[in-house]
Amino acid sequence: MDMKPKSDKRVNDVILQTAAVIIFFIIIVFSIHLFFSGHYSPGGGFIGGLMTAAALVLLLLAFDSKTLATVLPFDYRRLTALGALIAVLTAMHSVFFDLPFFTHAYDKFYLPLLGEETLHTAIAFDLGVYFVVIGVTMTIIQTIGESE
Amino acid sequence: MSVLHLAILLPLLAAPFVPFLFRALKRIHTGWFVLIVPTLLFVYFFRYIGITSDGGVVTETVRWMPSLGINFTAYVDGLGLLFALLITGIGALVVLYSIYYLNKDKESLGHFYVYLLLFMGAMLGVVLSDNMIVMYMFWELTSISSFLLIGYWYEKERSRYGAQKSMLITVFGGLSMLGGIVLLESMVGSFSIREMVANQAVIVDSPFFIPAMILILLGAFTKSAQFPFHIWLPDAMEAPTPVSAYLHSATMVKAGLYLVARMSPVFQESSLWLWIIVSFGTFTLFWGSFNAVKQTDLKGILAYSTVSQLGLIMSLLGLGASALHYDGVDDNIFMVATIAAIFHLINHATFKGSLFMMVGIVDHETGTRDIRKLGGLMTVMPITFTIAVIGSLSMAGLPPFNGFLSKEMFLKATTKVFSADFFALDTIGLVIPVVAFIASVFTFVYSLLIFTRTFMGKPHFEKLPKQPHEAPIGMLIPPAILAVLVVVLGFIPNVLSNTLIRPAVEAIYPSLVEGGQAVEVDLYFWHGITPELLMTIGIVAVGTLLFFTINKWMGIYNRIPYRLTLNGMYDGTLVWSNKAAYRFKDNYMTGFIRSYLIYIFVFMSGMLLISMWWFDLFNFSFGEMAEIAPYEYVLGAVVILSAFAILFMRSRLPAIILLGVVGYGVALFFVFFEAPDLALTQLVIETVSVALFLLVFYHMPDISKKEVRMRFKVGNAIVSVLVGVTVMLLSFMTLSNKSISSISEYYKENVYELAAGKNMVNVVLVDFRGFDTLFEIIVLAVAGLGIYTMIKFRTTAQRTKGEDEHGHEAKK
Repeated sequence: MDMKPKSDKRVNDVILQTAAVIIFFIIIVFSIHLFFSGHYSPGGGFIGGLMTAAALVLLLLAFDSKTLATVLPFDYRRLTALGALIAVLTAMHSVFFDLPFFTHAYDKFYLPLLGEETLHTAIAFDLGVYFVVIGVTMTIIQTIGESE
Repeated sequence: MSVLHLAILLPLLAAPFVPFLFRALKRIHTGWFVLIVPTLLFVYFFRYIGITSDGGVVTETVRWMPSLGINFTAYVDGLGLLFALLITGIGALVVLYSIYYLNKDKESLGHFYVYLLLFMGAMLGVVLSDNMIVMYMFWELTSISSFLLIGYWYEKERSRYGAQKSMLITVFGGLSMLGGIVLLESMVGSFSIREMVANQAVIVDSPFFIPAMILILLGAFTKSAQFPFHIWLPDAMEAPTPVSAYLHSATMVKAGLYLVARMSPVFQESSLWLWIIVSFGTFTLFWGSFNAVKQTDLKGILAYSTVSQLGLIMSLLGLGASALHYDGVDDNIFMVATIAAIFHLINHATFKGSLFMMVGIVDHETGTRDIRKLGGLMTVMPITFTIAVIGSLSMAGLPPFNGFLSKEMFLKATTKVFSADFFALDTIGLVIPVVAFIASVFTFVYSLLIFTRTFMGKPHFEKLPKQPHEAPIGMLIPPAILAVLVVVLGFIPNVLSNTLIRPAVEAIYPSLVEGGQAVEVDLYFWHGITPELLMTIGIVAVGTLLFFTINKWMGIYNRIPYRLTLNGMYDGTLVWSNKAAYRFKDNYMTGFIRSYLIYIFVFMSGMLLISMWWFDLFNFSFGEMAEIAPYEYVLGAVVILSAFAILFMRSRLPAIILLGVVGYGVALFFVFFEAPDLALTQLVIETVSVALFLLVFYHMPDISKKEVRMRFKVGNAIVSVLVGVTVMLLSFMTLSNKSISSISEYYKENVYELAAGKNMVNVVLVDFRGFDTLFEIIVLAVAGLGIYTMIKFRTTAQRTKGEDEHGHEAKK
């Protein structure tokens, strides 16, 4: 087993850490934008999820996995399961309305200030994809990163 | 979605709430909440008796995958309803019993009741589905929940062994059945059982009739523990006793009987059907009862007894097929077999259920189930004793219990072979009543053993792990209810005749019912001096003789060496296949990822090149190529150069960075070619994977400088060039051969019309090809969890090993 003290590997990375905190929020906001814009312009759950994971990885590199775990105490394995559950349930919902499995539903709604907007069950499915992608990416990175 | 569907799915829908209830309300036993589900369902299904007893059926359809002919069609007729009532009725009693059997502070009830509800829902689905694919899905779910329940005490090695055994055998049968279902569908063009029954003539004439029948029967025989597949059932007794009472005697093992009964209208005209079922059933009847006598574990006796009784019902269902060949119109004498089968199925659930619960009580209160240690419990456990006597005597086929009635009918059905003038039943078939007689003698013997060895004789309580006393009242109620039923059904069996038995029998003989033959069920004790009564008297006489001389003939059981027993063969096969798999695996699993990559790449190039050559796709045309812009030359050069440079890197960091350059270069290409979604994905993937590389960077060994022999390097070079050439040819080929018009036109036209989206890539992902995405994320999730467990388990293994080493060092 590797018995070297941890601090040897660490260098002074103030610049990285300061920048990472700011950039992290920019990436997160952008990833959320990507997620929601999916149905009409480039983006969607898969890319959005990867982007969010990338933001988390940035924090992971700038700080370490322990800090990340204290700041964002998510259990990414549960997030994976939750995402898969959302996706399956969305696919299943149509059965309860006597439609074949995986029939999406959508309608237009008028919202104050925003005007006419479409609400689509595809977004729920995409949310499942989003969670699974974040969950899996972070699970893999965390377990590999932690296993010394 | 109708109420009927919700009723079938109710246990599955309720299951997710169980762990939360278990955690939130520690003070109340979780079983009390679970009890609501089967009770409600029993009441709900009870109301259907009114419909089915008039010959009515209820059908409700939910469209699931209509394009594949797979719809969740719930179909309630006499046969399905009978099983549904057994599942929910016995289910309610078992849950009540389990509340007192399983300690709420020591056991992980959250798991237990989830598995149990999973099973209940799956079983309801099996017996109430008309679509065979849906039924198959539920069928396998019963195998899985049974596996989980047998392995409930997974710390015990025997539990894991039993769980694995049952899983291997029943899933083998399930998969065979799936093959049979597919064959049947190919003949009829529908997965619906009713369609199959309606087109029975087509199936009989098909060349695949016999394979389909055998495959379906494999499913039924493995599930219902027929010889030689019965070996999983005794090992399944490692499950908690409520589970044994429920799954492994009253319901799940009867799924095979259900399947045979359900498929009878399709197959029963064939003589092969009759002979296969009757011979396997009869032999199982004998083999089970013969082996039950030698068991020393009370649950072992009951397990083999269940095997034997299942064989009995199975052979009755087989004999029932002869009713189709009866020439007369009135009073079809062969129907008695099927009536007896259904009646005995109900009776078996009552007396075997009560016996299992009785054994659970004995185990719970004394700490052992070994009949060599038990004895004399009659004085301390009088109620349990009464239940045991009633159950055992009913099982032995003695009056005035319900077991006597159905056993008589069974014997009567076997003697009917004398008057059958078809299928050689009146010649070879004469073996049937003889085997039935012998098996019944052994049944009589083990039935006596159960209560005499446990409750009579000299008490020696000091040998028992616990001081015995009567069980709490809650534990006694469920078996007592069943014991009361045993007696009540013995005296007034006709409450069942027109409500449950006749509708079920009619469901097995649709062609006879249509032909105007009436199914008449009238059950009573005294038929006069009949052959079957004489047989019963003979059984009691010989059985009593054998019971009192048991020590003199027990030696015959030790004649067969273990290696030659079925269990020995099963174990041997497992060990052998394990060894063979290891030997095969060691040939190619080197532990180096580069070897695996070589396998993958060689296979990929090989398959692609061969198929391109086979379909003659090498006629390239470069007419439609676009101009290559100067900046594309530059980008191409950058990508190629950095890819080459990776080969010459002496350390990892620059190699990783160069790999990143290649990836970002490709992303830029996507930008040039106006594929923003691809470009975005490629960019982020590249970023995350470079970060991942950097993260594990510290842990990687240095690139060894003298590692490679020349020959090895040349081989790698050939493979890499081959892959490059293949991919290049593939892309030329796709450009040049456009024999099928592209689907993208369809997407372009319909993306907004059908899915209300404007980003085609995303709409394809979440809607048009949503199934792909769904399965992909499931695969992704499984892969992620797989990596997690692999790495975590590896580290714990290393840690314990490391600690051991430290310990050794400390000693030195």
